[in-house]
Amino acid sequence: MSLELRDVSMRVNGQMHIYKTNLTLEKGTMNVLLGRTLSGKTTLMRIMAGLDVPTAGQIIWNGKDVTRMKVQDRHIAMVYQQFINYPAMSVYDNIASPLRLMKKSKDEIDFAVRKTATLLHLTNELNKKPLELSGGQQQRCALARALVKGSGLVLLDEPLANLDYKLREELREEIPKIFEESGAIFVYATTEPEEALLLGGNVATLWEGKITQFGKSSYVYHFPNSATTARVFSNPSMNFFNIKKDGDYIYFGKDEKELASNSLSKLPDGIYLAGFRPNYLEIKKYSKTAIKIPVHLNVTEITGSQTYLHITHDDNYWIGLIEGVHQLDFNSEIDVYLDTRYIFIFSKDGVLVEPAFSSIDNYKEK
Amino acid sequence: MNKKSYKSPIIMFVYIVFLMLPIYWLLNMSFKTNVEILGTFSMFPNKFTLHNYVTIFTDPGWYMGYINSMSYVVINVIISLAVALPAAYAFSRYTFMGDKHLFFWLLTNRMAPPAVFALPFFQLYSSIGLFDTYWAVALAHTLFNVPLSVWILEGFMRGVPKEIDETAYIDGYSFFKFFRKIFMPLIASGIGVTAFFCFMFSWVELLLSRTLTSVNAKSIGATMTRTVSATGIDWGVLAAAGILTIVPGILVIYFVRNHIAKGFALGRV
Repeated sequence: MSLELRDVSMRVNGQMHIYKTNLTLEKGTMNVLLGRTLSGKTTLMRIMAGLDVPTAGQIIWNGKDVTRMKVQDRHIAMVYQQFINYPAMSVYDNIASPLRLMKKSKDEIDFAVRKTATLLHLTNELNKKPLELSGGQQQRCALARALVKGSGLVLLDEPLANLDYKLREELREEIPKIFEESGAIFVYATTEPEEALLLGGNVATLWEGKITQFGKSSYVYHFPNSATTARVFSNPSMNFFNIKKDGDYIYFGKDEKELASNSLSKLPDGIYLAGFRPNYLEIKKYSKTAIKIPVHLNVTEITGSQTYLHITHDDNYWIGLIEGVHQLDFNSEIDVYLDTRYIFIFSKDGVLVEPAFSSIDNYKEK
Repeated sequence: MNKKSYKSPIIMFVYIVFLMLPIYWLLNMSFKTNVEILGTFSMFPNKFTLHNYVTIFTDPGWYMGYINSMSYVVINVIISLAVALPAAYAFSRYTFMGDKHLFFWLLTNRMAPPAVFALPFFQLYSSIGLFDTYWAVALAHTLFNVPLSVWILEGFMRGVPKEIDETAYIDGYSFFKFFRKIFMPLIASGIGVTAFFCFMFSWVELLLSRTLTSVNAKSIGATMTRTVSATGIDWGVLAAAGILTIVPGILVIYFVRNHIAKGFALGRV
């Protein structure tokens, strides 16, 4: 079993929604489509499902071209962000409905429905109508209906986005288990990098209708091939600034000059784009290889145990995420520190030149 | 308690008295003899009689009027729904060239008074042999009911997310099976309200039904307006017929009472 998108592109009303895309999803893999809203996740998923026909290209399922095959004949399953069930039917009938259409015997249906209901903790709700359930249960009902068919391709379009925090965590833990039990190809669209990492498997990062990188989640996280991928696969977004390497030193900002260390020391002379994740910014110097960066602090946000710094550095807008609660003056000039171990180096047009040293260490450990 | 809420029950009472007065008078008359109706003023029938109702239920000239009216109303409701359901679905789900104009144009059909259409319908139906049949009236009324039905149903259908359609297709439902098994139950109240509006128009409408029928398919409205005979107007029977004409309306309203407000807003609440 495999799903292949071959040179697929999608144009709607003269606007490019999906640029030419090649993607192969292998049997029994969890594939996360990661991208911001309007990046093309849902469009791509609808093409995979057969709900939309791509403007160009082919969709190959098990070596067979299914591009123009009707949705009904594809035997796939899909769960939407909204909780979509059949309100007029009971939960039991909802889950049973795809099986009834397959003309399965009554005992077979009953067995499958009860098994799936147990897996998704819906056993006590089988006789209720979907709208009598809580949001989490409604979405589980939709998941159950998708899984009960045992189809080879399960598409989940931001299934947890409309759930509250607690339920989301609960379901997020269950989905990998469900996935392992089914052995199908799962495609999971999300806007949250954490979700991609938690679910494991592969990730495809999407940016404005283009897949920027496809590979194992942890690999893509540690070795983003471009500044765009890094931006998508980082929450809050990755911070960037321009640096100039000259001899043993790097120059950045207005007149800052620091000794080049770690990945920076290997660089040939020239101008680069440096990027780092917000959680590596510090307000004290903890490490010998940390560089000092003077910035303008706009505002701080304290969320329980962490402090978000909204800062400006040389016209670049940055976010810093610092452990602990820090009371800092708004609208003031402060110094922040950044260990060069965590700096990714991209070329001026955004292609990865040197991954951060921390990535190399962390990825080896795994 | 402020003054306003103290007064409002009184206003309500007065309103209802005025509203019910003609209906009460009709009911009062229907239980009186013609002599009493013309002779004295009385709040209650002096000599209570069911004779007027007996006349209606035994004289084919009267009860056939009800049967004819009900026949063409039922035919009309069925045709209107059968045509409007797919049309409303198309308007709610697809975009096509000129869809918005077409949708508005539908409603303009209701802007012309039925009198305008009386002559062309009469001439057309006479020449193709539909004159004085149930179908003549039923088809003529669809001109007014189909646009309204499309508008009401479209409002209800728009409230159903498109993802339900897609999920059903993914689950393997064919379009017709989806429409019957999943979609129609979802908009059942909308269908009920639409049927009520079609009923209301068709049951009440007089001009077309009178013009397009003569003997065999004569509606109750036409029967009532042609009741003058050699002995003068039979007031008591006419009143009884009036009461019996209101009853179906009351019954139908009772069944859709909870959804009527949404129907008047064309399903867009």
